[in-house]
Amino acid sequence: MAAAGPAPGAARGPAVPGDRPLTLPLLLPAWAVIGVFLVVPVGLMVVYSFLTQGFRGGVIWEFSLAAYDRFFLDRGLFGDEPPRLEWTYIAVFWRSLWQAGLATLTCLIVGFPTAWFIATRPARSRTAWAFLITVPYWVNLLIRTVSLRFLIRDQGPVNQALIALGLTDAPIQMLNTDFAVQLGLFYSYLPFMVLPIYAAVERYDFALSEAAADLGASRWVALREVVIPSVRPGIVAGCLLVFIPSLGAFLAPDLLGGAKTYMIGSLIEDQFKGSLGNWPFGAAVSVILLSMVLVALLFYARNQAREGRA
Amino acid sequence: MAEAAVVVRDAVKLYGGVVALDGVSLSIRDNEFFTLLGPSGCGKTTLLRLIAGFERLTSGAIALHGQDIADLPPDRRPVNTVFQHYALFPHMTVLDNVAFGLKMRGVGLAERRRRAGEMLEMVHLSGFAGRFPAQLSGGQQQRVALARALAPGPRVLLLDEPLSALDLKLRQAMRVELKTLQEETGITFIFVTHDQEEALTMSDRIAVMSAGRLQQVGAPREIYEEPVNRFVADFIGETNLVPVEVGAVAGGLAPVALPGGAVLQLAAAPGSEGRHHVSIRPERLRLAPSGAGQLSARVERIIYKGTDLQLVARMAGGGELHVRIQNTARADLPPPGAEVGLVLGEGAARLLAD
Amino acid sequence: MSGGVRHYPGFAAIAALCLAILYLPLGVVAVYSFNASTSITAWGGFSWRWYIDVFQGPEAPRFRAAAWNSVTIAFLAASVATAIAVAAAVAMVRSGRFRGKSATFALISLPLMVPEIVTAVATLIFFSTIGLTPGYLTILIAHITFCIPFAYLPVAARLSGIDPAFEAAARDLYASRGQAFRLILLPLLAPGIVSGWLLAFIISLDDFIITNFVKGAGMETLPTAIFGSVKQGIKPNIMAISTMLLAVSILFVTLSWLAGRTGRRAAAPS
Repeated sequence: MAAAGPAPGAARGPAVPGDRPLTLPLLLPAWAVIGVFLVVPVGLMVVYSFLTQGFRGGVIWEFSLAAYDRFFLDRGLFGDEPPRLEWTYIAVFWRSLWQAGLATLTCLIVGFPTAWFIATRPARSRTAWAFLITVPYWVNLLIRTVSLRFLIRDQGPVNQALIALGLTDAPIQMLNTDFAVQLGLFYSYLPFMVLPIYAAVERYDFALSEAAADLGASRWVALREVVIPSVRPGIVAGCLLVFIPSLGAFLAPDLLGGAKTYMIGSLIEDQFKGSLGNWPFGAAVSVILLSMVLVALLFYARNQAREGRA
Repeated sequence: MAEAAVVVRDAVKLYGGVVALDGVSLSIRDNEFFTLLGPSGCGKTTLLRLIAGFERLTSGAIALHGQDIADLPPDRRPVNTVFQHYALFPHMTVLDNVAFGLKMRGVGLAERRRRAGEMLEMVHLSGFAGRFPAQLSGGQQQRVALARALAPGPRVLLLDEPLSALDLKLRQAMRVELKTLQEETGITFIFVTHDQEEALTMSDRIAVMSAGRLQQVGAPREIYEEPVNRFVADFIGETNLVPVEVGAVAGGLAPVALPGGAVLQLAAAPGSEGRHHVSIRPERLRLAPSGAGQLSARVERIIYKGTDLQLVARMAGGGELHVRIQNTARADLPPPGAEVGLVLGEGAARLLAD
Repeated sequence: MSGGVRHYPGFAAIAALCLAILYLPLGVVAVYSFNASTSITAWGGFSWRWYIDVFQGPEAPRFRAAAWNSVTIAFLAASVATAIAVAAAVAMVRSGRFRGKSATFALISLPLMVPEIVTAVATLIFFSTIGLTPGYLTILIAHITFCIPFAYLPVAARLSGIDPAFEAAARDLYASRGQAFRLILLPLLAPGIVSGWLLAFIISLDDFIITNFVKGAGMETLPTAIFGSVKQGIKPNIMAISTMLLAVSILFVTLSWLAGRTGRRAAAPS
C-alpha cells in the first residue's frame, strides 16, 4: 500500500509535496551519453551502408545500394552478367549462425546440469561454487582465448599429454579447426549460460519436484514436465546471452579458427582494416547482423510477455 | 473541549485511476489517542502518509493546529512517524538513530546526546545506545523507533501498525505501554491498525475506514455497541447479521419482525422500511428452552474455545446463529440436533443501515 | 531414490568438468609463465625471468604505456559511468511509474544488446564523421558508454532492495532531500555502487574489440598490445602479463563479492 503509483502525465519525482521533480535531470546524463554515443552512431551506420565506397577507406556521400547489392547478388566477374544470388556472404552468415547455435546448445547441455548442481548445494558451498563460476567471466576474454590457443597448439600441453599417454603418435590438429572455434565460443560464454539458469533454479520450489515424484513421475520425467517449464525464463535468457555474442564473435574465430572458419566478426573487421576496406559494405554487414539480433530479442520479448500472461 | 490537532477536509487521493481516499473529512483533537482502523487497502495508511507528508493530496486540505500543511514536505511538518517495520537506519547506532531528528534541527552535539539519552531511558533502553539496530530484538527495535520519533518533541505522533511485527505477548504489553506513554506525554497519537482489539483497548476515539471512506468515528464503546452500518458491525468484533422486515417508522422507532415472527421495537431512521439486517452480538444471546425467547433454532455443533464455548445453531429460515456461552464447566448444554429458544437481552439487537 | 528430488546422476560430474574446462587453460598459462626456458613447449624449471622481462625487457616501455592507458581509461570510464548510472538508478527505482520508463530501461541496456562488433563499427563511423581524431579521448568516450549498463545493474538491484521507508524516515526527522540522500541512501547504496564500479572497471580493462576500432594508430591498451604480440605467436612474457591480469581480475571479483556480502548483512531486515 506504500509509495508509488503511476504518475499521470510526464515523468515526475516521488510524490512528496513541495519537492521539485528530479526524474528528468537525473535521467538526462544517461539519455545523452547513450543517445549521442550509441543511438546516433548506429543510425549513422545505417546511413553509411547506403553510401558509396571511398577510395582509401571512408565513404563518398552519394546514395548507393552497392553494399547490399554486393552482399546479396552475384553479377559475374565484370559485373555485366544477369544477377544471381551471391552465396559467399550468406554462407559466412550461415556458418556463423550454425556455430553460434551449436555453441549455445553445448553451453546449455553443460550449463544446465552445472547450474542445477550448484543451486542444490548447501548454502555455504553454493556461494563458493557460484563464485568459482563467476571468476572466469571477470577474466579478460582475450587472455582466456590466448590461453586456449596455447593449450591446443600442435605442440601444446594437450597434445603432449595425449602423446605421453600413448593415445596418439602424432599431434592431433585442433587449432584452426571448427572444433577450436566451438571450444573458444563455449569457453568464452559458458558463464553467461550458467548464471541465469542458476538464478532461476535457486528460486525454483523443489516441492514441485516432490509432488511430481509423489504422483509417480520418475526424476527425468519430472525434469522434462515440471522443472524445465518452471525455469524456462532462465534457460531462454541464458541461451540469448550465449547466442548473441557468439554470432558477432571476433576473438575466438580470429585466434583459434583458420581461413575455413571465417565468421561475421572477421568479415566486418576486414572492411575497416587499412585502405583495402569497404566501409559501406562493412556497415551493411553490421546492419544485417544487428537486424538478426533484434529479431532474436523480439522473439525473446514476446516469449517473456507470453510467460507473463501465463 | 481542546482545540483540534489535525483537521482533514474532503481528502481525495488517486493513484493513477485507483481511488485510495474518497473524500475523507476528519477532526482529531489535541492530546487524544486516535486510531484509524480498517482492513488492508481501506486507505488508513494513505491517510497517515498524507498527514506525514509522504504523499501529495489529489484534492482537499490538511491543517495542523490551524496551519495548512498540505503543500509542506515532511521535513517541514512538526509531526513524527513510527514506521511499520521501524525503518531504523541500519548503518547508525541506536543513539545516532534517536539523535538524528535533533541533529537535522540543528541541536548541538552535547544537547542532542543528553536528549537522546533521556529518550532511551524513557523506553528502558539506556544500556543499548552503542548497539546497531540489527543487534536488537523486535521489541527493542520498536522502542528505539518510538524514542527516535519522540526525540524532536512532535505535537502529533503518527504510528503505522507499529505492533504488527511483534508476537502476541509482547504486543499486549506494548499496548499498555503505548497508552501510558501517550497519557504521560500528552502528545496526540494517530495510530493505524487493522487489529480491532488493539484499537478498542488503546483508543480514545476510533475511525473505522473501508474502501477509502470513513464509516464511523466514535469512542470504542460507541463503535462496538452502536455500529452505524453492516460493515462496522461485522468488522468490529463478532456478530450475527439477521435478516428482518422493518415496519413503518414513527418517532424514531419501528416494529422489526425477526425470522419466526417475534417483533421488536428498535431505533430506526425515517424511510428505512423494508428488508434489512439487525446485528446481534453472540454474547448478548441467552439459551432458553424450546419455544421460549424471541428466536428459535436447532443446535448444530458446539465449539470449544477455552474461556468460552461457541454454540452454532440454525434458524428455521436457514440462517446461522452464533451464541457465546461462558465456560463454567456446566454439563447441561443442549446436544446437537436439539431445538432451543434464544432470548435477546435488553438492547441486544441493533438495526443496521446497509 | 537416493538424494531426493534434487539429485540427478551425472550432474555433479558435469559441474566438475565445467570447472575444469574453465580453469585448466588459465592454470596452465599461469604455470608456464614461471617457465625458465625460452621455449614455450618444454619446461625448464621455475623462474621469475618473464615477469622481470615484462618490466625491464625490450618491450617493457610499450607494455608500460599500454598498461597506463588501460588503467587510467578504466578508472575514468568506470567513475563517470557509475556516476551516470547512480543518477539514472535513483530516478528509475524511486520515481514510481512514469511515461518513458520502459523506453529508458531499454536505452540503458542497449549497450548490452547490440553486438560488440556492431557498436565498434558504429562508433568508428561516428567519430570519423564528426572528425574526432581516434585516440585516448575516443576510447574513453566509447568505454563510458558501454560501461553504463554494467554499473547500472548492481546499483539498481541494490536500490530496489532498500526500503523507501528509510528515506521517508529521514525526511520525517527533518532531513532535507539532499541530506536524506547523502546521510541515508548513499551509505546504504554504497555496496551496490562499489560492485557497479568494479564491474565497469573490469569491463573497460577487458575490452578489445571496440578499443581496437577506435584507438587510432600508435595508441595501445593492454588488450590491443597483447593481441598485437600474440598474432606473431605466444611468447612467455605474454603469459606473465596474462597471469598478472588474471590476478588483478581475481582480486577485483573477490572485492566485489565481499562488498556484496557486507551489503547483504547490513540490508538484512532489521
